[in-house]
Amino acid sequence: MKCPGYILIVFSFFLWVEPAGAQITFPINDIGSPQEDCYAFIHATIIKDPQTLLQNATLVIRKGKIEAVGIQVTLPRDAVVVDCKGKYIYPSFIDIFSDYGTEAPSSGSGKGFRGESQFISNTKGPFGWNQAIKSEYDVSRHFTVNDGKAKELRALGFGTLLVQQMDGISRGTGALVTLATEKENLVMLKENASANYSFNKGNSTQDYPSSLMGSIALLRQNYLDAQWYKTKPAGEGTNLSLQAFLNNQSLPQIFDANDKWNDLRAIKIANEFGAKYIIKAGGNEYQRIHEIKASNASFILPLNFPMAMDVEDPTDARFISLADLKNWEMAPTNPGIFEKENIPFALTSYGLKDKTSFLVNLRKAIQQGLSEEKALEALTKTPAGLLGIYDKVGSLETGKIANFLVASGTIFNEQTIIYQNWIQGKKYLLKEDGWKDIRGVYTLTVGNTAHTLLIKGDLSKPTAEIADKDTTKVDLTIKDRLVLMVYAFKKDSLNSASLNGVMMDSIWSGTGQTIGGLALDWGVTKTSNVFPADTTKKKPDASLVLSRGVVTYPFDGYGFKSLPKQEDILIKNATIWTSDQQGDLYNTDLLIKNGKIAAIGKNLTSTSARIIDGTGKHLSPGIIDEHSHIAVSGGVNECSSSVTSEVRISDVIDPEDIDIYRQLSGGVTSCHILHGSCNTIGGQTQLIKLRWGLNAEQLKFAGSDPFIKFALGENVKRTYFQQNNRFPDTRMGVEEVLVDAFARTRDYEKAGPGKRIDLKLEALEEILHNQRYITCHSYVQSEITALMRVADTFHFKVNTFTHILEGYKVADKMKMHGTNASTFADWWSYKMEVIDAIPQNAYIMQKVGLNVAINSDDAEQARRLNQEAAKSIKYANMNEDDALKMVTINPATMLHVNDRTGSIKIGKDADLVLWSDDPLSIYARAEITIVDGIVYYDVQTDKVLRMEIAKEKARLIQKMIAAKKGGEKTIPAAPSYREDDGKDGDNQDGQ
Amino acid sequence: MKQTFLYFFLLISLATRAQENMHPSPAQAGTIALIHGVVHVGNGQVIDDGMVVFSGGKIVDVRPTASLMDVKVVDLKGKHIYPGMIAACTNLGLTEVSAVRATSDFEELGDFNPSIRSLVAYNTDSKVINTVRSNGILLANIVPQGGTISGLSSVVQLDAWNWEDAAYSKDNGIHFYMPSLLNDPLAFRRLGVEVDKIKQGLDKIETVRIFFREAQAYNQESTHAAVNLKFEAVKGLFNQSKIFFVHCDLENEILIAVQMAKEFNFKLVLVGASDCWLVTDILKQNKVAVILEQPHNLPNAEDDDIDQPYKTGAALENAGILFTICQESGFGYWRQRNLPFEAGTMAAYGLTKEQALSAITLNAAKILGIDAQTGSIEKGKDANIVVSEGDILDMRTSKVVLAYIQGREINLDNKQTQLFEKYKYKYGIQ
Repeated sequence: MKCPGYILIVFSFFLWVEPAGAQITFPINDIGSPQEDCYAFIHATIIKDPQTLLQNATLVIRKGKIEAVGIQVTLPRDAVVVDCKGKYIYPSFIDIFSDYGTEAPSSGSGKGFRGESQFISNTKGPFGWNQAIKSEYDVSRHFTVNDGKAKELRALGFGTLLVQQMDGISRGTGALVTLATEKENLVMLKENASANYSFNKGNSTQDYPSSLMGSIALLRQNYLDAQWYKTKPAGEGTNLSLQAFLNNQSLPQIFDANDKWNDLRAIKIANEFGAKYIIKAGGNEYQRIHEIKASNASFILPLNFPMAMDVEDPTDARFISLADLKNWEMAPTNPGIFEKENIPFALTSYGLKDKTSFLVNLRKAIQQGLSEEKALEALTKTPAGLLGIYDKVGSLETGKIANFLVASGTIFNEQTIIYQNWIQGKKYLLKEDGWKDIRGVYTLTVGNTAHTLLIKGDLSKPTAEIADKDTTKVDLTIKDRLVLMVYAFKKDSLNSASLNGVMMDSIWSGTGQTIGGLALDWGVTKTSNVFPADTTKKKPDASLVLSRGVVTYPFDGYGFKSLPKQEDILIKNATIWTSDQQGDLYNTDLLIKNGKIAAIGKNLTSTSARIIDGTGKHLSPGIIDEHSHIAVSGGVNECSSSVTSEVRISDVIDPEDIDIYRQLSGGVTSCHILHGSCNTIGGQTQLIKLRWGLNAEQLKFAGSDPFIKFALGENVKRTYFQQNNRFPDTRMGVEEVLVDAFARTRDYEKAGPGKRIDLKLEALEEILHNQRYITCHSYVQSEITALMRVADTFHFKVNTFTHILEGYKVADKMKMHGTNASTFADWWSYKMEVIDAIPQNAYIMQKVGLNVAINSDDAEQARRLNQEAAKSIKYANMNEDDALKMVTINPATMLHVNDRTGSIKIGKDADLVLWSDDPLSIYARAEITIVDGIVYYDVQTDKVLRMEIAKEKARLIQKMIAAKKGGEKTIPAAPSYREDDGKDGDNQDGQ
Repeated sequence: MKQTFLYFFLLISLATRAQENMHPSPAQAGTIALIHGVVHVGNGQVIDDGMVVFSGGKIVDVRPTASLMDVKVVDLKGKHIYPGMIAACTNLGLTEVSAVRATSDFEELGDFNPSIRSLVAYNTDSKVINTVRSNGILLANIVPQGGTISGLSSVVQLDAWNWEDAAYSKDNGIHFYMPSLLNDPLAFRRLGVEVDKIKQGLDKIETVRIFFREAQAYNQESTHAAVNLKFEAVKGLFNQSKIFFVHCDLENEILIAVQMAKEFNFKLVLVGASDCWLVTDILKQNKVAVILEQPHNLPNAEDDDIDQPYKTGAALENAGILFTICQESGFGYWRQRNLPFEAGTMAAYGLTKEQALSAITLNAAKILGIDAQTGSIEKGKDANIVVSEGDILDMRTSKVVLAYIQGREINLDNKQTQLFEKYKYKYGIQ
C-alpha cells in the first residue's frame, strides 16, 4: 500500500499529535513535530517468515507498522529509502518467557534454623490463604521499561517479549511488550497475555508448601477451590486470588517446569483439570523424549546449556557424574531432537547468565541438529502462535508491527552482523561497522607513487595491506566516513606515512605526511571487489564437535543403552527359599515365563529360556522394603502442617535415583516409598518396583492398595526445634490431632452437595472406608496404644506400625487390633524414644503372632536387608526361614501384594534374587536380581558397566579439556548433586 | 590327669542380675584353659582343635588342645575362640542418647583443643557399653570431636567401675578433623554467596600447620614464663609417642595429611579416609595406617563402584597397608556392636575371613600402639578373649557365649537381654 499524500496533509492539522515516542493523551512541552516514520528498505533479501524468502525485495513501514512487503512494491514518495543491497531482513525475535521490566523477587526473609512456622499468607488484602498463590498479580501494573536490559536483548535480535513475575506457584498474568525504549504505554502490546505457574513457591515466606509434592497438592487444591468459588460460597467472602485464578483460565497457560520429569508432572495436573500448559522446559528433555512427545504439550526451550568445567584435576573430575558430563555434551542436541520428533517449541533466552551467549548457544544447537528454519520459527512464528498474537508479530506482513532485523547475512551465521533492530518502526542501531563492504583491491596513489592496496578480512573489522613487491601492513581506522591509514615500509622507510582522508564511495582521498614530516596528497580508487581470502585458520571449537554420547535409561552412569527385556529364564539346580509353605527346596529348577514364575521342580527344561546355572547358589524371593525414602524428588517431608494427607509421593517419584540400582544390587525388588515423619498425618505413599530405567509411572506397583504415612512421637512434636509453635507439642496433642482429623472427616462426609472438595479430607475419608491404609511411624508403647484406640473409635484398623521399636511391649494389644509391624533390626539409643529398643523386638512380636517385617529407612541399609533380618537369628534364635520371610512375604502381606510377590510360588511375579550364599549370611552377595522376569541387576553386567563408565568419563573429560583449550568459557569444577542425596529417614535426625 | 572341674557357661548365675546390679568382674583367680575350640589367633593363624590357657589375666599358652593339671577347663568343642575385638574410633561412653544434648559429652567448643581428654568423661555406667561388649568388642578407643583439633583419645577396656579402671592406653593420640576440600555443588552455590570452600579449607589447614610450628618451637624450650597447655599437649606428637589421627575422606585431604605428617615427622593414622583406595601407593610408601569408618556405606561419588566401601579393605590389604574399621562418628557408640559384621562384609568383598578378623583385632591393636598387650591370642598378651558358637563375623552364626577381659570372665548381659527376658515372661515365650 502506498502512502497517499493527503494523509500527510490531514495529519499536519494536528500539530500536537504523536510526536515520536509520545502518546496522544500526554501533553508536550514543545511544538509538535508529527512524523509518518515511513521507511522503505529496498534491494533486500527479506525472510517474511521461516518458509518465505524474497530476493531483491522491498519492505515499507509507516507509523510503526508494516505497510508493504514484496518484490514489486511501489515506493511511497514520503519514504526514507534505505538501500539494503546484500542485506537480510528478518522478523525480530519473540521470547515468551522473560522477566524483563519486572520487579526482581526479593528473597524471602529466612527464619532461623527450625524456627517458628508461618501458617498463613503475609499478603495484605482480600486474597487467598497461601502466599505462593498470586493469581491476582498483574505484571502490567508493575512493568517498567529498562533501557539497559532492553539494549542487551535487542542486540540478540529480540523485539517482543512476554514478561512475567518469576515468583510463586500461581504467578498471575503476564504482559506482552516490545523492547522499544518508549513510554510503557506504547511498549505494552497486551496486558493479561498469559497466566503463569511453577512448582516453586519463590518468595513466599509461608511454610506451606515445603516440598515439590506440596506444591503439586497446593495447585491441585487451588483448581478445586476456584471451581467451588464460582458458587459464591458464603463462608469464603471475597477471595481475589481465587477470582483471578478463574479469570486467568481463558489465557494461554505457561508453566515453568524446568526439568524433564517436572514437565510431565505439570502436564499431569493440566490433564486432570482440563488445562493446557505451554511448558517452559529444563533443557534435559532429550533424555526422555518419548514421554515428552507423548504428552502432546508445547514447549519453551532454554538455551542455557551447561558450561564446561575445569576438569584437569582428576580429584575434581571424580565428583562430576557421568550424567552431568554427558549433559554438557548432549544438551545442545535438545532443540534438534524436538524438531526431529515434531514437538512444537519456542526458544527463550531466559536462564542465560550471560545473555550474549544466546546466539552462540543457538549456533551450537544448530550444529547439533536444529535446522535454521526451525530455529527461526521457534523465535518468531511458534511463540507468536502459542500466544495467539501471530496477527501482530512473528512475521513480516502488512499490518503487523514493524519489528525486524537488518543483518549482513543469514541470521544464525557466525559471521553475520546484525546492524539494526527495528522495533515498532523505530531503528535501534546495533552495529554500523561493515554496513558497507569496503573489502577489495584498490590502487593507492601517494604523491606520484602507485601502490596496490588490499582490504580484506572481517566485514566489520577489515584489515589492510600494501601489496607491492613486499607486503606492508596498514593500520586502518575508519570513523564514520573518515579514514586513517598508517604504514611503515621496511626497505623504503623514509616513505612510511600516516594518511588521513575521507571515503566517498569507492574513491577515497586526503592528505598526510611521511615520517620525515613531508606533506602528501593521496587518493584511493577501487579496482576490484574481489579480495583474497583470509588464510589464517580459526581454531576449531572443540565443543562443537558432534555429540557422541548416547541416551541411557535412566540417564545415569549405570543406565541401560536399551531397556532390558522380559525373557524366559530357567534357573537350574539352586537352593530355593520359597518363603512359602513349601519351605526350602534343594537342587531345584525354576522357570520364568512372561514375567511370572511358571514352574518349580526338578529337571525342568525349556527350549526358549535362557539358562542360568544355580548350582551352589540360593534363590529367594525379591526383598521388599516396607519403609524407604529413595527415588523421591523435591523432599520426602511436607512438614508445614500437622495434617498433610493431600500430598502424594506418587507425584514425585524420581526414577533415576542411583539408589534404585544400588538396592537392586542388594536383592531389593520392591520399595514402599514413604513420606517422612515430621507431622502426625503425613502424605500418601507409593509402592514401587525397582524397574531401573523405566519412568515414574512405570515404576509404580500397578493395582496395589493405596497407603498413607502417619507418625507419632518426637518428630511429630518437633522435639528438636529451637522453638516449636506448631500444634501439637506433646503426645497428648498428637492423639488429639488424630481425633480431630477424623472428626472433621466424618463431618465432611455428612456435608451435602456443593461442598468444597478438600484433598486432605478426601484421603482421610478413604481410610474410614478401608480404601486407604495407614503405616505409622511409632516408637513407644503409649503412643502405639493411643493410635489403636483412636482407630477403634472411628472403626478402622491401623494397617502397619513402622519402626515400632517398643512393639514388643504391646504386641498382644497389636495382635488384638490386627495390625502389622515393620521394624529395625537393632537400631537404638539415638534418641529418647528409642532407649528401650531391643534387637529381639521382631522375634517377640512374631512369637505373639504379628506379621513382622524388617525395614531400612536408609538407602544403604536397604541393600543389606537380608542381613538385617538375620540379626534376629543372632539375638533371638529365630529360625532362618522365618527370618528371611521378614523381608519377603511378610512385608508383601502387610502391603497387600502377597498374591503378587514376596514368595516363590507358581503364578506369582518373577521377582527373584540369586545369591552367592545363604541369603541370611554376611557373605551372601546378590548376583542376579529379577523383577517381573526382567534381569535388572546382574553382577556380570555390572562389571561391564563399570568399565564403560570409566571409558566414557575419560572421553568426556578429555573433550571438556579440549573445549577449554579451544577457548570455551569454563567454570570451576563443581561436584554433581542429586537432590535426593542424604535421604536417611527417621532413624537419623528426627525427620 | 586330673581336671579340676568342667565349667559350663550357662550364664544362669550371671544373667539374673538387673542392669543396675551388673558389676565388673573381679580379677582372674587361678588358671583357665579353653579347650577344643577353633582358635582364631588374630594374626591369620587358625588352630582347629586349639587350647588357650591364661593366668593372672595373661595368656600363658596357645596350642592344640592337650591335657593340663590344676586348671579350670572350659570345653568349647565346636566353638570359636577369638581375640577381643577393638573399636578403634568411637564416642562410646561419651554419649548415651545422641539426640539429647544433656547426655552428650563428646563435642567440645572451640577450634584448637589438643589438651582435651576424652578419658575423663568416659562413663563406665553407660547402658550402651554392655550391648557392645556382648557382641565381642572388648576394647575401645574413645575419641573426642568438635572443632579442628579435638583433643586426646584413650583406649579403654569395657568392664570397669570407673574411667581410671577402664584406662587401657591413656591419651594415645591427638585428633585433627581436616576441613573438607570439596566445593559445593552448583545447586547450592546459586542459592547464596559464592564461597570457595577449597580455599577456606586450605586456609584452615595452614592455621593448623602454624599451630604445630609454634608448638614445636615452644617444646624445644623447657622453661616458659607461662605454660601453654595446648602446646604442651601435642609434645608427644613430635617424638611419636602420640599418634596423629587425621579425620578426612577425600584424596586431596589424605595427601595433605601425609604431607603434614612428613613435615612434622608425626606418626600418622588416617580416620575415615573413604577415598584411600585411590592413593594406596603413597600410603604404603609413607607407612600410613588407616581406620576405615563404617564400610556399610554408600559410595562417595555417583558413578563409583556400587560396592566400593565394601571392598576398600581388600584394596588396602592387597597394597600392604595396615588398616582397621570403626563406626561413623555420631552413631559410633551403639553401632560399634556391628563391627564384626562390617568386617564380615569385607570378607565377602575380597578379604579372607582371617584377614577380616585381623583388621578388627591385631591390626587395630597395632594401629593404636597396644599390640604388645592385646590384639591376638598369643602368649604374654592380656587374656582378652571372645568365644562364639559360630563364625563371629556373620550375624547368622555369631553367638557370643563367653568373654574375658584381662582374664576376667565378663557378664554378657545387657539392658536389652534383660528387657527380652522380661517380655518373654509376659508372653510366656520359652
